[in-house]
Amino acid sequence: MAEPNYSKMIKDQQYLKKIADICLSKSKKLGSSDANILVQSSVSENVNVRNKKLDGSERSENLGVVLTTYLGKKKSSIASSNLKESNLDELVNRCIETMKITPEDEYNSLPDKDLHFKGLKDLDLYDETHLSNEDKINYIKEAEEEAFSNDKIINTNGSGFGENKSNFLLANSNGFADGYKTSQFTAYCEVVSKSNGSMERDYEYTSKRFYSDILKPKQLGSIAAEHAVKKLNPKKIKSEKISLIFDKRISKNFLSIFASAISSSAIAKGTTFLKDKLNQQVFNPEINIQDHGNIRKANGSRYFDSEGIAVVNLDLIKNGILQDYLIDTYNGKKINRKSNGRASGTTNLYFQNGSKTFEDLIKSENKILYIKETIGHGTNIINGDYSVGASGMMIENGEFSYPVSEITIAGNLNNIFKNITLADDLEFNYATNSPTMMVEGMVVGGK
Amino acid sequence: MSSLLKNSELTSEKADSIVSETLNNCDDGELYIEDTKSETIVLDDNKIKSSNYTSDLGYGFRAVTGDTVAYSHSNEISEKSLKNSSENLKSTLKNNSGTYNSEIKKTNQKLYKDVDPIESKSMKSKIELLNNMNEYARSKDSSVKQVTASLLAEKKNVEIIRSGGELLSDNRPLVRINMSVMVEKNGRKETGVFGIGGRQDYDEYLKNDNWKKVCDEAFRIASTNIESKPSLAGEMKVVLGPGWPAILIHEAVGHGLEGDFNRKKTSAFHDLVGKKVASDGVTIIDDGTLDNRRGSLNIDDEGTPTERTVLIENGILKNFMQDRLNARLMNTKSTGNGRRESYKHVVMPRMRNTIMLGGSNTQEEMIKSVDKGIFAVSFGGGQVDITSGKFVFNCTEAYEIINGKIGSPIKGATLIGDGPSSLKEILMVGNDMMLDPGIGTCGKAGQGVPVGVGQPSLLINNMTVGGTQL
Repeated sequence: MAEPNYSKMIKDQQYLKKIADICLSKSKKLGSSDANILVQSSVSENVNVRNKKLDGSERSENLGVVLTTYLGKKKSSIASSNLKESNLDELVNRCIETMKITPEDEYNSLPDKDLHFKGLKDLDLYDETHLSNEDKINYIKEAEEEAFSNDKIINTNGSGFGENKSNFLLANSNGFADGYKTSQFTAYCEVVSKSNGSMERDYEYTSKRFYSDILKPKQLGSIAAEHAVKKLNPKKIKSEKISLIFDKRISKNFLSIFASAISSSAIAKGTTFLKDKLNQQVFNPEINIQDHGNIRKANGSRYFDSEGIAVVNLDLIKNGILQDYLIDTYNGKKINRKSNGRASGTTNLYFQNGSKTFEDLIKSENKILYIKETIGHGTNIINGDYSVGASGMMIENGEFSYPVSEITIAGNLNNIFKNITLADDLEFNYATNSPTMMVEGMVVGGK
Repeated sequence: MSSLLKNSELTSEKADSIVSETLNNCDDGELYIEDTKSETIVLDDNKIKSSNYTSDLGYGFRAVTGDTVAYSHSNEISEKSLKNSSENLKSTLKNNSGTYNSEIKKTNQKLYKDVDPIESKSMKSKIELLNNMNEYARSKDSSVKQVTASLLAEKKNVEIIRSGGELLSDNRPLVRINMSVMVEKNGRKETGVFGIGGRQDYDEYLKNDNWKKVCDEAFRIASTNIESKPSLAGEMKVVLGPGWPAILIHEAVGHGLEGDFNRKKTSAFHDLVGKKVASDGVTIIDDGTLDNRRGSLNIDDEGTPTERTVLIENGILKNFMQDRLNARLMNTKSTGNGRRESYKHVVMPRMRNTIMLGGSNTQEEMIKSVDKGIFAVSFGGGQVDITSGKFVFNCTEAYEIINGKIGSPIKGATLIGDGPSSLKEILMVGNDMMLDPGIGTCGKAGQGVPVGVGQPSLLINNMTVGGTQL
């Protein structure tokens, strides 16, 4: 199966199709009634610099299959990166043998054929641009140099640039076979600031499908430096109830929490605080949340999910009311709903812009705590309890006054969601995006 | 002779010669080959939801000169692929030149048996076990509304080929049994999670109906939490239970003592060796040599035998945890802490089993001494910011302490503190040192590796507790 210059690039559709066909026909021969296969190929190249000097380079080539076989309502899966035919034989065999003794599950099946993606693939998700290691190193060195031009930046935790290209083919025994290439260019810069014995780190990060869309190196470096310097000499504040403003890099986390709380698997099992909330007021009436998979060049865009089902645009929250869940075939059957193409989760998930400006928000009360970072995993999807460590800045009379750290913030998501006010500064930097967010009356744990 | 290359297109001789030729002018490096088989079976919502078997084979080729690391990995094991990787490494290091350090300690350490836990138990009996766990947990009380149980087993065989043809190998079994129970009462829902595991066959963990204890414990935690009240927010004294709460030590101190952060001077501990960093009586070790423990390894992922490394002795900072690269740059020896998640990942200094040794106080004394505080018995996840030293934890089982007595369970409390200062705030060290049940996975720079922790009960003077009550 050799192909020219294979080491320099990802495998093409023809190669992936060949592997898929081998596995599908083997499973059929061995007695499966249905099968689904994913074949993936990717090449990524990363360089890291530290103190403006090359720290490391990494090249990874990945090739792998994931096969799921069905016998009526029985199911089993295997995955492998070893694509030698003898190994594939053994694995398919193992998959079939396991499948035969696995108990039936009435909800197991391939997805509904009618929902398979059949459209045009015109979203521009692949950028052919290739940067030599030299170019990557130059980009990221320039970012660090810019960060170090700030005299309070004394060290770096390392900065990096990565280029990833991947291709995949998804096929099933119902005749679906499709795939496409995607690319991702990523750069980050993480620096350490120091002043009066206080040492703080912070970062900036940019990741886009097209090279021309990522931040310019100077911007990356200067933003990272600015973040790290702003954190210096923090104070701890007293425990109190106070309104919080969440920086955009944190406010988007509430969307991810929301998404996991409305996944059909959590809804079907009842393990979410948003169970039985369909068509009810979950956010205040100003809030709208959309999950749109068809935005050109966007990080979260995709044509179909991991089952081959076409991704449709969803208005999940309209005027604060929950309109829909994120549904895959298996869990959809449990709750009597058709898949909406979310077996791989959300696509481009975002809050629509609010009506206030950033300035309006920070001036809306005399004293507001601005949250720039949270740490810890204190979200309980089952009952909505939220409690995390945090750091940020105090805002007094509309001005940023001093950095704050070593505090906790806590509340319940049922209340938090109803007390959100959004600014009008939405940008599509990630797959999940939010404008700056204000939440009234949360409890801060401090001194 | 490499046994992992046996059925590949790449011969051992060819691999040796490419490795030696590539690493000739480098300070260090190796070819790491890994063959991992793993199996996960999940029971969820009364059904066997998934059974996944994964077989992964690949190599990671690393060349190091000075402080620059070049790494190339692939799952295509062939001469052509390895030569491509070699070219890639050489081009990164083209302006550097070094002298290969071929010194590496040898060991006959056998901390676990060369068993394959996946094959040691039939699929049928694994499914039966999960069904039994489900039925047993649900039969405990009508408040049990949801049960998820899972079995994970892995067999990871690794080989390290160094320049000159030296071959080091390790065959590592790993097992984990998990249980999650959700209870619902008066409209409230809470979960309890518990698990056990280590580097032995399933049956070693299933003796005496041990699986029932796993279910009992998950149910007990969920039932405790259903009675919990909101946590107070603010600074107070904290008593930590023995065993798993040592992930606080892992986060608050352990990460800051990893060689890379100290060589780069980004850890709050980097200039404190020989200095007093913790209260008297506090001794913390990182031990890779405990039999069958989840964080134990015969050799680390660079081939160095693991050891028992003393990090802090009676309050004084003694050693950092080192891999070969950071040890060389800091003029010391690797402590056998060089680890990686898989062949797809670069080596970093990582913890193994991180343990605070026992002292002389009883847990009872500690609780009695607290007027207002919390007693934290178990934690979910934790996280640390190494540079500022700030860390957080989420309690999954905690109680208030009022006037020296344990009060009501409290829910969803987060603890936040500063690593270096909380070490000095340790007021009492218990005499009840205990290791965790074998469930920890540590994440660093996107890589997860199995680890262990252990500690006695501890009384910490002052920590910030996050909650919704003022």
